[in-house]
Amino acid sequence: MQTVLGQPTLTGIFFFLLFVAATLYITYWAAKRTRTTAEFYAAGRSITGLQNGLALAGDYMSAASFLGIAGLVSLKGYDGLIYAVGWLVGWPIVMFLIAEPLRNLGKYTFADVVAYRLRQRPIRTAAATGALITVLFYLIAQMVGAGSLIKLMFGLPYELAIIIVGCLMIAYVLFGGMLATTWVQIIKACLLLGGATILVFLTLYQFGFNYVELFSNVTSKYGDKFVQPGGLIKNPIDAISLGIALMFGTAGLPHILMRFYTVPDAKEARKSVFYATGFIGYFYILTFTIGFGAAALVGHEIISKIDKGGNMAAPLLAEALGGEIFLGFLAAVAFATILAVVAGLTLAGASAVSHDIYVGVVKRGRADEKQEVKAAKIATLCLGLLAIILGIVFKGQNVAFMVGLAFAVAASANFPALFMSIFWKKFTTQGAVWSIYTGLLLSVILIILSPTVWVDILKNAQPIFPLKNPGIVSFFGSFIAGIVVSWLTKEKEAEEKFETEKIRSYIGIGAE
Amino acid sequence: MKEELLKSSLFKEIVRSKNSISLILTVLELIIYFGFVLLVAYNKEFLGEKLYGSVTVGIPIGIGVIILSWLLTGIYVLWSNKVYDEKVSKIREKIGGE
Repeated sequence: MQTVLGQPTLTGIFFFLLFVAATLYITYWAAKRTRTTAEFYAAGRSITGLQNGLALAGDYMSAASFLGIAGLVSLKGYDGLIYAVGWLVGWPIVMFLIAEPLRNLGKYTFADVVAYRLRQRPIRTAAATGALITVLFYLIAQMVGAGSLIKLMFGLPYELAIIIVGCLMIAYVLFGGMLATTWVQIIKACLLLGGATILVFLTLYQFGFNYVELFSNVTSKYGDKFVQPGGLIKNPIDAISLGIALMFGTAGLPHILMRFYTVPDAKEARKSVFYATGFIGYFYILTFTIGFGAAALVGHEIISKIDKGGNMAAPLLAEALGGEIFLGFLAAVAFATILAVVAGLTLAGASAVSHDIYVGVVKRGRADEKQEVKAAKIATLCLGLLAIILGIVFKGQNVAFMVGLAFAVAASANFPALFMSIFWKKFTTQGAVWSIYTGLLLSVILIILSPTVWVDILKNAQPIFPLKNPGIVSFFGSFIAGIVVSWLTKEKEAEEKFETEKIRSYIGIGAE
Repeated sequence: MKEELLKSSLFKEIVRSKNSISLILTVLELIIYFGFVLLVAYNKEFLGEKLYGSVTVGIPIGIGVIILSWLLTGIYVLWSNKVYDEKVSKIREKIGGE
């Protein structure tokens, strides 16, 4: 099979430029509506539940998960499905425990909620640190992935790809704030869901719209073990540890949590999680089908020849079924996907710097609108440039573990403090601070000592910590630290405020 | 006003019912997902059994976890829209729609 993958095709460039033109126009439109802090961080709380559901899905469905999971399924079959399932199951947790109280209690960041009845400065410093570390690891993984994927698809030099992605994302966030970022997410989510749906339609068309035919075709080529669980889960504790990080990490990702402030109230927040979970679940089922389609119609030999990890399975299938035009379209969609995810991350990171650190800690809450928006824009610019630099510095490095680490930090530093501050009356400032730093340090130190880094990257013979993801230790460690320290330090004022917090949390009275 | 509201049986009922729904659904989701993970870890043979043609038992179960998770969020939204919101608006009425 001849492929034009790896060269810039006319259609690919055309679709990409179309996307850039449309999103820059939206940014121009949004810039006129982005003056106050509520507009910059939260799109003026004007987004509907359905729109936010699409935007949440857009924030969460990265190019790495689309291309990566399709590739994993195409090469490993059923194991790819086991892996994909783990990425969805955090969403119900977001819905049942976090979305509504977060919307009712906070203003722009999740640190608002943790700091609601505790002492502002220590909490904001700790929570913003957790948020920034999560965002940075996620951002590095996305940028490095972006550079390599764009190189594979369009043949653009790595550094140029990183600079294009960085500059566009800075433009969206800097000028258009949350409003532009949200619409970039929505467009990207529609393109990705639409593109994947067409690809699945074309695949199933080859098999008379009969899944059984597709599975038979694949097992006749690669044997029955392709539709059976294989070597993905060797050690159950390892699988549970990763499961905890994915599940509770989703409920602690700053760029996801921030999206709940863009809707007018808790009811819309709740609706948006329902839509998001539906879109993301549908997307993973499509990705699973695409992986099987690629295994059947493209074949292992070609998929692994072009990229050992199988990342090009979906684009190759698109080319085989829809020709150069469809490949160009899908490549542009992948590019758009990367852009949208990094824009969301940058905005979340910038808000932790400007809203929590600058206004909350440095200015002790005394900054006017103008100063805060200016600080947020400076933070956006710095973070965007940092992302470009880190993307180039980490070129060629194995950064896949950083996504796992970002989820571990989100699950262990951000989620426990957020959860206890909402539900536990006797939670104290010291308890929260200890919980956040314990979760953060445990995640980072243990992942360095784990097989993922200690053996695979640092080339030592034996890992010091046996699990690939530290989730199970850091998650519970953070809870234990928070509970024990809260017992040791009573905070009367915080306990009293818990009652009034309940009125706002459950009924929404006083919510911003 | 606040003291009264906090002591009212309607408010206590709202908090209690919301917490128990959240707790029940969270536990269900944990059982569904970690049950699936443990099944993969300890009973690969069962998941690898042929169900129909080349389709193994594991495929509908894996897809089922995705769909069930989504349905649970749907149940939560339905309950909130029907039961919870009504009680909240009752309370808001009582205290004069503040």
